Amino acid sequence: MQKKVFQIFVENTSGVLSRISGLFSRRGYNIESITAGGCEEPGFSRVTIVASGDDESLEQIEKQLAKLVDVRSIKVLAPGESVYREIVLIKVKADASVRQNVISLADVFRAKIIDVSVESLIIELTGDQGKIDAFVALLEGFEIVEIARTGIVGLGRGIN
Amino acid sequence: MNGADAIIKCLEAEKVDVVFGYPGVAICPFYNSILESDIRTILIRTEQNAAHAASGVSRLTGRPGVCAVTSGPGATNVITGIATAFADSIPLICITGQVDSSLLGSDVFQEADITGAVESFVKYSYLVKDVNDIPRIFKEAFHIANTGRKGPVLIDVPIDVQNAQIKQFKYPETISMRTYKPTVKGNAAQIKKVARELAKAKKPIICAGGGVILSEAEDELRMFAEKHGIPVVSTMMGIGSMPTRHPLYFGMVGNNGKAYANRAMNESDLLIMVGARVADRAVSQPDLITRDKVLVHIDVDPAEIGKNAGPTIPLVGDADNIFLDLMKEDFNCEAEELVETLNGYRDTMEKKRTPNPEFVDPAAFITRLSEKMQDNGVYVADVGQNQIWSCGYHVVKNGKFMTSGGMGTMGYSIPAAMGAKVAAPDRQVIAVCGDGSFQMSMMELATMQQHNVPVKIVVLKNNYLGMVRQYQHFTYKDNYSVVDLSGSPDLEKLSAAYGIDFLRLYDMEKCDEVIDAFLKEDKSMILECIIDPMDLV
Repeated sequence: MQKKVFQIFVENTSGVLSRISGLFSRRGYNIESITAGGCEEPGFSRVTIVASGDDESLEQIEKQLAKLVDVRSIKVLAPGESVYREIVLIKVKADASVRQNVISLADVFRAKIIDVSVESLIIELTGDQGKIDAFVALLEGFEIVEIARTGIVGLGRGIN
Repeated sequence: MNGADAIIKCLEAEKVDVVFGYPGVAICPFYNSILESDIRTILIRTEQNAAHAASGVSRLTGRPGVCAVTSGPGATNVITGIATAFADSIPLICITGQVDSSLLGSDVFQEADITGAVESFVKYSYLVKDVNDIPRIFKEAFHIANTGRKGPVLIDVPIDVQNAQIKQFKYPETISMRTYKPTVKGNAAQIKKVARELAKAKKPIICAGGGVILSEAEDELRMFAEKHGIPVVSTMMGIGSMPTRHPLYFGMVGNNGKAYANRAMNESDLLIMVGARVADRAVSQPDLITRDKVLVHIDVDPAEIGKNAGPTIPLVGDADNIFLDLMKEDFNCEAEELVETLNGYRDTMEKKRTPNPEFVDPAAFITRLSEKMQDNGVYVADVGQNQIWSCGYHVVKNGKFMTSGGMGTMGYSIPAAMGAKVAAPDRQVIAVCGDGSFQMSMMELATMQQHNVPVKIVVLKNNYLGMVRQYQHFTYKDNYSVVDLSGSPDLEKLSAAYGIDFLRLYDMEKCDEVIDAFLKEDKSMILECIIDPMDLV
C-alpha cells in the first residue's frame, strides 16, 4: 500500500463532490482525506485527495477521476515537488496544574492556543502530516478530549 | 415558450425522430408540448423498456436514443435500462419529470432522487433548476452522450421548470465545456510503434470489441485486416464488426465463445485489442493475453487501458481514426500461414453438438434463420442460453447484431428490436429470446400493435430458465431451484389475443418452410421453437 496525493481541478456543479466520493466507494478505493474549496478561477474548485492503494489501483483512481465530466484536470502532487499543509484543532484537558506544560509543548511546535477554559485548552497547529502526527503523539501524555483535522491541501512547487 | 416547449425544440435541433416513454403528472408539460412537434411518441408498457427501445434506436442510427418518463416510480423503473446502456456504452438521453423544485427533498408524492440514484450508471446527469439553462444543458447532454466513451445522460426536469417561461430560446451551435474534452485522435508516435511491431509479428490478431461498432469503424477494421491479412476475433459486443463468414474472421472469444478463437488470441505474438474492456467473460485470464506477446490496447476511454491487462502499447483514441491512421503506415505483415493454422483450428475445434432430433436444434435453427434473413437484417439476441446460441451460430452478413452484453439484462431483445425497427423501418428486425426473457417484456406486444412496429419474435421454448438450469446442472448436480417456468401462457393464444400471427416449430423437419413463412411478410410475428429442456450451450 502506498499513498498518493491528487489535486483535482473541478467545475462547481451540483453533485460534483458526491460524484467524486461516490467513485471511491463504488470502486472500493481507499480515501484517507478529501478537502475541497474555492480557487483562483471563479466557478471552479481545487479538491485535494489523499488515497492509498497499490500501484494499479492508484493508477485507476487517477484515470477514473480524470474521466469524470466535471473534472478539468488532475495532478499527482509528488512529495519532493509539492508542499502539503493540514490544520488540526486539539482539545486537551489542562487545568492549572498542567496548563503551562501544554503551552510550552505547543510553543515548540509553533502551535497556537485558540481557546482557554478552566479545564481545557484548544490548540491549533498547521503543518504537514508528519509534524501533526508527531505533535499529537507528544500530547498523548496529557488527556486529549477531541481532535479535528482538515485533511491536507497541497500545491506543486514553482511555476508548472 | 415554456420549458417543455424548449425541450422539444432542443430535441428537434438534435434531429430526434422518436421518443419512447410513459407519462405521469410530472412529465405532462413535456408530453403536452410534443403534440405540436413531428417527433413520434411511442407509449411503452413499462419504463425500463423505454430505455431499451431508445438503445435500439441509438444502435441503429449512431445517435442518442431518447426516452421520457415521469418522476418517482417512472424514473426508478427506467434505471435498469439506463444501467444496461451504460454497461454497453450506448448513448441515451433519458428525460425524467420531477416534482416541483420548491418541494425537492421533502419526500412528496412520486418524488425520487433520480440523479442520485443513477449516479453510478450514467455518464452524466443534470437536475435542471433554471428554465433558461435548458438549451445549454441539452446541447451538452447530447454531446456528452455521443462522444468519447459513449453512454447514457439523464436530465431531470422539475415540473415547474417545464412550465416556466423561457426568456429567449437559442440552441447553442457550439459546445463550450471547460472540463470535458475526450481524446479521439491516436498519438502519432504510438501508431508508428504499432506499425513497427506489426512488421515484426508472425502471429498478429485483432480482437474487436463493441467500441469498433460504436465508432462506426467496421469498414475501416475490415479494410485494415484485409490489407495486411490479419485475422480478427471479437468479443460478444464486437459481433457484427466483421461479417461472420469473412475469411479473416474467427469467431467470438470468451468462456462462452469459440475454443479456436480463444486459442488464436492466446497464441498470438501480437494482439490488437480494440474497443474492448478485457472484462471477465471475454478474457477470463488476462495474463494469457499479455504473456509472450505484444499487447496493443486501443480504446477511447483511457481508464479501460491497463484496467484488466497491462498493454505493451496503450493507444487512446477513436477506433475509426486509429484504423485510418494505421492504414497510412507502410509496413508488411506476413500472416498467411497464421490464417491457414487458424482454419485448421476451426476445423478441428468447432464444438460438436449432438442435438435431440425430437426437438428444434437451436444452433442449426439460428444458423438457418440468419442465412435466410435479409443481408442488412437486424438480429437482437436476448439473455440466457438463447444469447449464447445466438452468439455462436448467428451469421452476420451485412446487418447488425445487438444484445445486452455487459449487464446481461433479460427482456432486452423485444424493446430494443422495436427501437431498431422504428429507426429503420425498411430493415428486417428479429428478436430472439427464451421463454423466460420473452415473459419479461411480453407486455410490449401491445406497443408493437398499437404503434405498428412490425418486429418478428422467436421464442426458444424449453420451459426453463435454461442458463440458470444449466448452471445448477453443473454446479449443484441437478438440484434445480426456482428455474421451472410452468404456468407460462400458451403463446398461440397469447398471440391471438394481441392479434399477432403465430407459428410453431416442433423439430427440424419443417425448419426451412417455417422460417420462410416467418420471414415472408413485413409484419409482426411470433415463432415458437420447442427446444430440448435439457440442452446445454
